[in-house]
Amino acid sequence: MSSHTFVAGMGIVSAIGNGLLANLQSLSNEKAGIGKMKFLQSIHSGELPVGEVKFSNGELAAISGLSSQLPRTALLSSIAAYEALLDAGWDKSFSQRTGFISANTVGGMDKTENFFKLFSKNSAAGKLADVVNHECGAVTELVAGQLGIRHFVSTVSTACSSSANAIFTGARMIRAGMIDYALVGGADALTRFTLNGFNTLMILDKELCKPFDENRHGLNLGEGAAYLLLVSENGLNQLGKKPYALVSGYANANDAFHQTASSPEGTGSYLAMKNALDNAGIQPGEIDYINLHGTGTQNNDIAEGTAIQLLFDQSFPKMSSTKAYTGHTLGASGAVEAVYSILAIQQGIIFPNLRLQTPMKEFPFKPVSGFLRNQKIKSVMSNSFGFGGNCTSLIFSAA
Amino acid sequence: MKVYIRSAGNISPQHSLDTDSFFLSRTTTSNNYFKSVEPDYDSFIDSKMIRRMSRIVKMGVTAAITCLKEAHVEIPAAIVTATAYGCLEDSSSFLRRMIEFDEKLLSPTAFIQSTHNTVGAQIALMLKCHNYNNTIVHRGLSFENALTESILLLKEGTRPVLVGAMDEITDDSQAILSRFGLYRKTDNRMGNIAGEGAAFFLLEKDQGKKSLAILKGLHILYKPESNKAIQHSLLEFLKEKETTLDQIGLILTSHTGNKKMDEQDKELMNSVFRNKVTFPFKSLCGDYPTASGFALWMGSVILKEQMAPFWMEHGPQFPLSNILIHHHSGNSHHSFILISES
Repeated sequence: MSSHTFVAGMGIVSAIGNGLLANLQSLSNEKAGIGKMKFLQSIHSGELPVGEVKFSNGELAAISGLSSQLPRTALLSSIAAYEALLDAGWDKSFSQRTGFISANTVGGMDKTENFFKLFSKNSAAGKLADVVNHECGAVTELVAGQLGIRHFVSTVSTACSSSANAIFTGARMIRAGMIDYALVGGADALTRFTLNGFNTLMILDKELCKPFDENRHGLNLGEGAAYLLLVSENGLNQLGKKPYALVSGYANANDAFHQTASSPEGTGSYLAMKNALDNAGIQPGEIDYINLHGTGTQNNDIAEGTAIQLLFDQSFPKMSSTKAYTGHTLGASGAVEAVYSILAIQQGIIFPNLRLQTPMKEFPFKPVSGFLRNQKIKSVMSNSFGFGGNCTSLIFSAA
Repeated sequence: MKVYIRSAGNISPQHSLDTDSFFLSRTTTSNNYFKSVEPDYDSFIDSKMIRRMSRIVKMGVTAAITCLKEAHVEIPAAIVTATAYGCLEDSSSFLRRMIEFDEKLLSPTAFIQSTHNTVGAQIALMLKCHNYNNTIVHRGLSFENALTESILLLKEGTRPVLVGAMDEITDDSQAILSRFGLYRKTDNRMGNIAGEGAAFFLLEKDQGKKSLAILKGLHILYKPESNKAIQHSLLEFLKEKETTLDQIGLILTSHTGNKKMDEQDKELMNSVFRNKVTFPFKSLCGDYPTASGFALWMGSVILKEQMAPFWMEHGPQFPLSNILIHHHSGNSHHSFILISES
C-alpha cells in the first residue's frame, strides 16, 4: 500500500513566464514578474502592483484552445495542466486510472463580477453565461472535459494552501492504490474581488513585496496555475520516464487561532512542517532547502519564521520565498512553489529571496539573497499557509 | 475495514437537529425554496462569534458541535468539509458593495468570511483543534469526495474523522438559480424546490458503544455516458459490496418532480428500483448540490431507530438492514451510498 509516489510531469504559467523553461529562465535571471496592472480592471491599478500573467484572455484562449469568454482561471488552469500531461507523456488511454484534483479560491469570480454589475441593480439582468461557471468545481470541470478525464475529478479550496492540499489529496490516493496517475495542482486568476478583499485587510504592499525583510510592508497578489502529474510505480513504468522527484512527505494542520491572522508562535506552521518530516521519515537536518510561504506581511513571516526557528534549531537549511518573483498566487501558490521546489532538486539550484535588504532581526537565519548553482539538494520542503488557519507542508526528494 | 457512522448532527428544512421531532412531524413549503429550521444559536456558539457568522457558518458549526457532542468526542483527528457554493451570503455582500461603491469604502468582514474553508476553520477555531483540516468544493460531488477522503484518512489511522456537507440559499442565489429554470413556479405545488442545510458525521473504524449505521460503500459516477451506464454502475457496485437488491429495504432517490431532472432516474425507476420502496429525499430538504448529506443523515437515523417517520406513507418494512441512496445533482454528478444497520 505504501508504494512510492513520483512526480513525472510538471506544467506552469505564472507572472514570470508560460511554461517550465520560461519560469526557470526568469528564476535564474532573477527577473520578477510583478508590476503595474495591465489586464485587471481596477481603480487600484495605479497604486497596487500585481504579478499578472502577461497575456490577455484572448491570448490565453488561443493558447489553451478554450473560449475567451470562460473564467480566466480556467484558461490558466488548462494551459498548465496540459503542459504537465504532455511533459510526462501521459496518454488518454490511462484515463481510467487517472484523477484530476485541482484547487482554486474563487472559481469564475471574474465573470461573476461582470454579471453583478447589472444584476445588482436588476435581478432579471446580467448574462447567465457569466455565472454558469461561478463555482470552483465548474472551473475544474471545464479543464477536465478538455483533457478527457472523468474517472475521478475533485476540487479543493482552503484559501492560500488550496493547491498544496490538492497535491496532498492526489498523493494520498496514489499511496492507497486507488489511482496510478494524479494530475494535481491549482489555478487562480486575479480578480477585483480578491484584490479588494486583501486591500481591506491592509496587507498589500504598494511597492514590490519584500518577504522576510525587516522592512516588509505586505504582499503583492499574483496569478497563475501549476500542476504536477503524480504517478505510482506502475504508472512510472508505463510512462517509461525518469521521474523529477519523489513526493516523500506531507502534512496538514490548523493554526486554530484566527480566521485570517497567523498565531505569533506559528503553531499551525510548526505542526505542518513537523508532521510532514515525520510523514517522510526524515530529520529536520535532512532538508536542504525550504521554499517559504513568505508572503511579506508582518504577521505571516513572523509566524513562519518562529516555527522554523523552533523546529530547525540552529541547523537552518537554505531558504527563500519565490513570492518576490510571482506575487502571491493564492490557490495556485502551493503548486507553483511545488514546481519551483522540484526544479531546485532537479537542477541543483536555489532561488534568491529577491529584494532582501535587511533580514528580519528576530531570527538567527536569513533567506538566500543570490542565485545559487551546483547545490546538492536531496530534500526540499514547500510551505503553504493560509486563511482559516489551514497550513500544509510538502516534502519532495530526489528520486 | 468497516466504516461506522458514530453520530450525526443535521440542520435542514426539517426538524432534524432533534431526531424525535423529525420522526413526529414533517415540514412543507409552498415556496420554490426550502430554508432550514434554525435553532437558537446562542446555546451552541459564543455570542461574540455569532454576530460575525453568516447562516451557512452558523448552521455548519452547530451541526458539527451537535455531532461531536452526541459521540462524546471533544477533538476529532480530522475535519473535512464539503460545500459546492461556499459562503454565498458573504461573497454576495462583499461583491455588491464593491460594485456599488466602485471599490471604495469596503470593510473586510464579509471578505474574511467568504472563503470556502470558513466553516471548517471556524470549527477548528472553536475546538482549538490543530488537526487535519480540508475543504472539498466540487459541485454535486463535494460531499462524496469529502467522504472518499475521510475513508482514506480512517484507513491511514487518522480517527475519528468529522465530515460534513453544507450549502445555503441566499436571495441572490435564489434569484440567479431560478433564472436557470431549476425550480417550480410558485403557483405549482409539483416540481423542484431549492434547498439548503448542514449535515455532519463522525466516522470511526469501530462501533464503539453505539453508532448510527455502517457506511458500507460509496460509488461516484461523473458524467455517465447514458442512463444504462448508471444502472450498470449500480449493479456492479452492489455486486462488489456483496449486497443483493432484495437486501435493500429502502431507496432514497433524488426524484424532484422536475421532468427534465428526473429523466436520470427513469431508467432506474423502471428497472432496478421497480417494486422497491423508494422515497424522494429532496422533498424534505430541497435540491442543492450537497443534499446527499441530508440523505445520509436520514438513512442513518432510520436504520438506528428501526422505524419509519410517522408521516411517511408506504414506508419500508422492519427490521431494515440496508438503505441505498442515489444522489444526483444535475445530469453529470451521480453517487450511490450504501448504508447498513450497525
